[in-house]
Amino acid sequence: MGTTAFQKIHTKIEHITKATCSLRAEGVGYEEMASVDGRLAQVVKIEGDLITLQIFSGTEGISTDAEVIFLGHAPKLTVGEELSGRFFNAYGEPIDGGPDVDGKEIEIGGPSVNPVRREQPSELIATGIAGIDLNNTLVTGQKIPFFADPDQPFNQVMAMVALRAKADKIVLGGMGLTNDDYLFFKNVFENAGALDRITSFVNTTDDPPVERLLVPDMALTAAEYFAVEENKNVLVLLTDMTLYADALSIVSNRMDQIPSKDSMPGSLYSDLARLYEKAVQFPEGGSITIIAVTTLSGGDITHAIPDNTGYITEGQLFLRRDTDIGKVIIDPFRSLSRLKQLVIGKKTREDHPQVMNASIRLYADAANAKTKLENGFDLTDYDERTIKFAKNYSEKLLAIDINIDIDEMTNTAWDLLNSHFSVSEIGIKAELVEKYGNRNGN
Amino acid sequence: MNTKGKVVGIIANLVTVKVDGPVSQNEICYIHTNEVKLMAEVIRISKENTYIQVFESTRGLKPGTEVVFTGHMLEATLGPGILSKIYDGLQHDLNKMEGVMLQKGDYTSALDDDKLWEFTPIAKEGDAVVAASWLGEVKENWMPHKIMVPFKLEGSYTVKSIVAKGEYKINDTIAVLLDADGNEIPVCMVQKWPVKLPIKSYSEKPRPFKLMETGVRVIDSLNPIVEGGTGFIPGPFGTGKTVLQHALSKQADADMIIVAACGERANEVVEIFAEFPELEDPRSGRKLMERTTIIANTSNMPVAAREASVYTAMTIAEYYRSMGLKILLLADSTSRWAQALREMSNRMEELPGPDAFPMDLPAIISNFYARAGFVFLNNGNSGSVTFVGTVSPAGGNLKEPVTESTKKAARCFYALSQERADRKRYPAIDAVDSYSKYIEYPELQDFIKENVSPEWVDNILLAKNILIKGREAYEQINILGDDGVPVDYHEEFWKSEVIDFVILQQDAFDKIDASSSIERQQYMMKKVLGVYHAKFNFETFEEVNPYFKRIINVCKQMNYSEFKSESFQKSEKELEEIISEKIMMN
Ligand SMILES: Nc1ncnc2c1ncn2[C@@H]1O[C@H](COP(=O)(O)OP(=O)(O)OP(=O)(O)O)[C@@H](O)[C@H]1O
Ligand SMILES: [Mg+2]
Repeated sequence: MGTTAFQKIHTKIEHITKATCSLRAEGVGYEEMASVDGRLAQVVKIEGDLITLQIFSGTEGISTDAEVIFLGHAPKLTVGEELSGRFFNAYGEPIDGGPDVDGKEIEIGGPSVNPVRREQPSELIATGIAGIDLNNTLVTGQKIPFFADPDQPFNQVMAMVALRAKADKIVLGGMGLTNDDYLFFKNVFENAGALDRITSFVNTTDDPPVERLLVPDMALTAAEYFAVEENKNVLVLLTDMTLYADALSIVSNRMDQIPSKDSMPGSLYSDLARLYEKAVQFPEGGSITIIAVTTLSGGDITHAIPDNTGYITEGQLFLRRDTDIGKVIIDPFRSLSRLKQLVIGKKTREDHPQVMNASIRLYADAANAKTKLENGFDLTDYDERTIKFAKNYSEKLLAIDINIDIDEMTNTAWDLLNSHFSVSEIGIKAELVEKYGNRNGN
Repeated sequence: MNTKGKVVGIIANLVTVKVDGPVSQNEICYIHTNEVKLMAEVIRISKENTYIQVFESTRGLKPGTEVVFTGHMLEATLGPGILSKIYDGLQHDLNKMEGVMLQKGDYTSALDDDKLWEFTPIAKEGDAVVAASWLGEVKENWMPHKIMVPFKLEGSYTVKSIVAKGEYKINDTIAVLLDADGNEIPVCMVQKWPVKLPIKSYSEKPRPFKLMETGVRVIDSLNPIVEGGTGFIPGPFGTGKTVLQHALSKQADADMIIVAACGERANEVVEIFAEFPELEDPRSGRKLMERTTIIANTSNMPVAAREASVYTAMTIAEYYRSMGLKILLLADSTSRWAQALREMSNRMEELPGPDAFPMDLPAIISNFYARAGFVFLNNGNSGSVTFVGTVSPAGGNLKEPVTESTKKAARCFYALSQERADRKRYPAIDAVDSYSKYIEYPELQDFIKENVSPEWVDNILLAKNILIKGREAYEQINILGDDGVPVDYHEEFWKSEVIDFVILQQDAFDKIDASSSIERQQYMMKKVLGVYHAKFNFETFEEVNPYFKRIINVCKQMNYSEFKSESFQKSEKELEEIISEKIMMN
C-alpha cells in the first residue's frame, strides 16, 4: 500500500495489545482501513479522538512510534472480469505472480439484498452424488455447509461437487488451508481445465489467523460482482468456516468482550448470518450459491460454531464413515437440504420425495435393529431385512463415490425397497407405487 | 426546538452522543451524515453521555457528526394499506425502496398517501366517543377496516362532524371531535402509536375460550390453541419450526396473519411472498397474501431493528384487533431478538445474566407475550391477537434462558424433537412433552363441547395416554427383548404407533395432507381410537408389527386422499377388512 500526498502520518501510539493499538486522531471513520508500519489495520472502536485499530497480522514488534496512516476507506477489492483464473491473499492482493486486476474498487462487506428483490430459488444443482441429489437436493442460491470431522475428505468432496455443479464461476475462499490443501484445490481445478473460471482468496496456515476474517467478504464481493453485474451463476466455496469463527473469537477475546457459549462472541450468529445470507437468486438470472465446510470436533454439532451455522444455513451435509461398507457416506439422519422441496417432485420425478422419505425411514428402522443386536436380542425377520437393506442402501446410494443421474437414483431406491420389503412396509402412496414402483416388468 | 447532539464514540452500532438538551429513554433520533440520515434509538442515558443504538451499519461514521432528536419513541404508522405489505423491522415499505441492495437511510413510508379509500361513516354527529371508537370503515382488500378515534386521545369526545360516504385519502380529515373544553380535534385515517407500549383501548380481557382451528392435527387434536392464546415452538435447527409456522400462516382460522421474520433467512420470506399470492385461503376463497402482512428483519438486516420488528408487528396486530378482528401473529425467531438484546447489553458492558443475556430478559419476554389476548371492545364486539413464537435454543438445549423465560410466558408448548426430525416423523412435535394449558380451562371445554364435539377433550386425554403407554411398552421391549415381554406390549406399542403415523405425522408438502379440517380430524381420531379399542387376536409378537403396518399404510392412504372421496372410502373399506381379520369376537 503506497501512501499518497496529503495523507497525515501519525507516530504516537498510546496502547498496544496483542491484536490492537490505540492512538489519537481526528476525522477517522468507523471501520476505516489504516496502515501501521505497513501492516493493514482497521478501526474497531472510536472514543472521542482515541482510535482503536485492529492489526490483522498481529502487533508483534510494533513500536509506539510506528507510522500510522489512515486510508480513508473500508476494506476494498478491485473487481472485474480479470478476477477469473486468479489467486489472491486475504487482502485481495495477487499471490500468483500475475498483475494487479484492472477494474473498479468496491468496498467488501457491503449492503445486503432487499428481500423483495430476491427470487425464489428453483434451479436444481445435480452433483451425481445420491446422498446429495436424492436425499438432500441442492438448489442455486442455497447456502449449505458440510459438517465433517477434520479427518473426513471434505475438501475432496467439495471440489468434486464444485466441478460437477456446472456453475459459470467458482470462487474459493480458503481460511487456514494447509499448503497441501491449497495445492490440492489448485491441481484439481487445473486438471479439470476449470482454472479459468475460478477465483481464489486464500489464507493458509502460514498466514496470521486474524487475516482470515477478510477472506469470506473478499470471496463474496467477487461473487456479487459476477452475479449482479454479469448475471452469472456463481458457486462460492468457503473452507473452513470453523477456523473463521475461531479467528472471530480470538479478536473478541483480545478486545475483552464477554464471551458466550464455547468462548465464542455473543454476536457469532449475526457475524455468520451476514456472510451466508449473501447467497441469493436474482430475478435477472444471476445467483450466488454457498457451499461451506464447518469442521466438527468429535462429531459434536451442539458446539456453538456448527450450532449457529445450522440455524443460519439452509441445511447441512453430514459426512460420516460407515464402517459396514468401509466408505464415507452422506449421513441421511443429520443431513438436510431445506430448499429441496422447491425442486423435488417438481423438477424431478413426482415419486422422488416419497421414495426418499420411505428409504430413510426404513434406514432408521435398521439403526433400531442394530441397537437390538448390540443389546444381545434376537432379531425378527423384519429386523434382518432392514439391516440388509441399510447395507445395500449405503453402498448403492449413500456412499460419496456414487455418480449417477437422479432418475437412476430413484430407480435404484425402488429396486432396493422392493427387494427387501412388502408394499405396506414401504408405505408409499398407492398411486405412485402403481406408476413407478413395479420395476420388475420393465 | 429539537434537542441536538454530536457523536463522540462508536463501537459497532452503539454510538455515544453528547447532547445539548433533554432526551428521553427510547427516543428516536437521526444521525445526519453528509450522505444520509441514519435512524437510531436512545437506549441509555448517563450524566455525560447518551447511548443510542443505530438501526444501520455505522461504517464510515465519524465523531463530531450531528444527531437530531425527534421527541418521540419508535412509532408504528397505523391506517388502511397495511395488509399485503412487506415491511422492514421499522415499518418501511420494502417494495418502495430503490435498487437491488438495501441502501442505508432509504426510509420509505409505510402507507400510500395518494391512494383513495371508499369511506363509509359509522359514527354520527353528536355521538360520544373515546379512543378506539369506530368512526367509519373502508374496505381494505376484502376486510372491513375500521377508522378509529386515535388511541392517543385520552378521555371522552363528541363527534362534531363526520364526512359523508365517499373516497378519501389517508391524510384527509374525516371527522372533527370536540373535547370536554370544546376544542376541535381533526381526525384522519392514519394514526401513530409507540410500538413498545401496548394498545389498551378495550373494555375487558377475559381468559381465551374459543378454539382456533389450525388444520395441523397434532395441534388441534392433541394440544389445541385458542383465539387470543399464546404458544411457542422451541426446537434445534432443522426440526421444523418455520415449516410449522408457515403451515399455521396458511391454514389457521384467522382474519389476518402477521408474520414477523426476526433475524432468520431471507429466502423464507421470499417463500411467503412468492407463494401466498397464488395460494387460496380455504375459508374466504381469497388469495392468502390478501390477509397477510410481513415484517421482515432477516438475519442480514441491521441487528438493532430485530427488537423493533417484533414490537412493530405486535402493534399492528393490536391495531387490527381493535377493529374486532381475529389476528394471528407469528414471530420466527424470538431467540434472535433476545440475541440482539444480548449484543447491545454486552457492548454497554451491563452486568450479564445467565448465558450473558440481559438480566431483565424474562420480564421483557413475559411483557411481550402479555400483549396477546382475546378482548371485548368498548362497543361489545370482540377481537383477538393469538401469538406463536419460535425459539432457537443454543445447542438444542431447552434449559437455556430464552426457552425457560418463554416457557413461563406462553400457554402452549410445542416441543420439536431432534429424534423425530431425524426419523422424518414430521411435524416433529413431541406430542407427549408438549402441552396446551388451555384444555384445562373449563370455558374452553364448554366451548368445544358445544361447538365441536362432546368427546373432543376426552379423546385428547385418551390419545395422549395411549402415546405414553406406547412409549413405556417400547422401553420394556427394548430392555427385555421382543420375546421377553407379553404380546400385549407389542400391541400396546403398535397402537400408539397408529396414532403417531396417522394423527401426529402430517406431510406439510402434500396438497391434501397438509391441512385437515376439524371434521376430518374428528373422523380420523374416531378411526384410530376404534383400532385402539379393538381387541386383537395375536398368537406371537411377530404377527403384530406387519399387521399394524398394514393398518398404518391404509390409514395413510386415507390421509392422502380427498376427504370422503372414492379413494378415501376404498382405503377405509380396506381398513375395516384388515381389522375384521384379527378382531376378537366376544
Ligand atoms: N411437516 C413437515 N413435513 C415435511 N417436511 C418437514 C416438515 N417439517 C419440517 N420438514 C423438513 O424439515 C426441514 C427444516 O424445517 P424448518 O426450516 O422448519 O426448520 P427450523 O426448525 O425452522 O430450523 P431453523 O431453526 O434452522 O430455522 C424442512 O426444510 C423440511 O425438509
Ligand atoms: Mg426456521
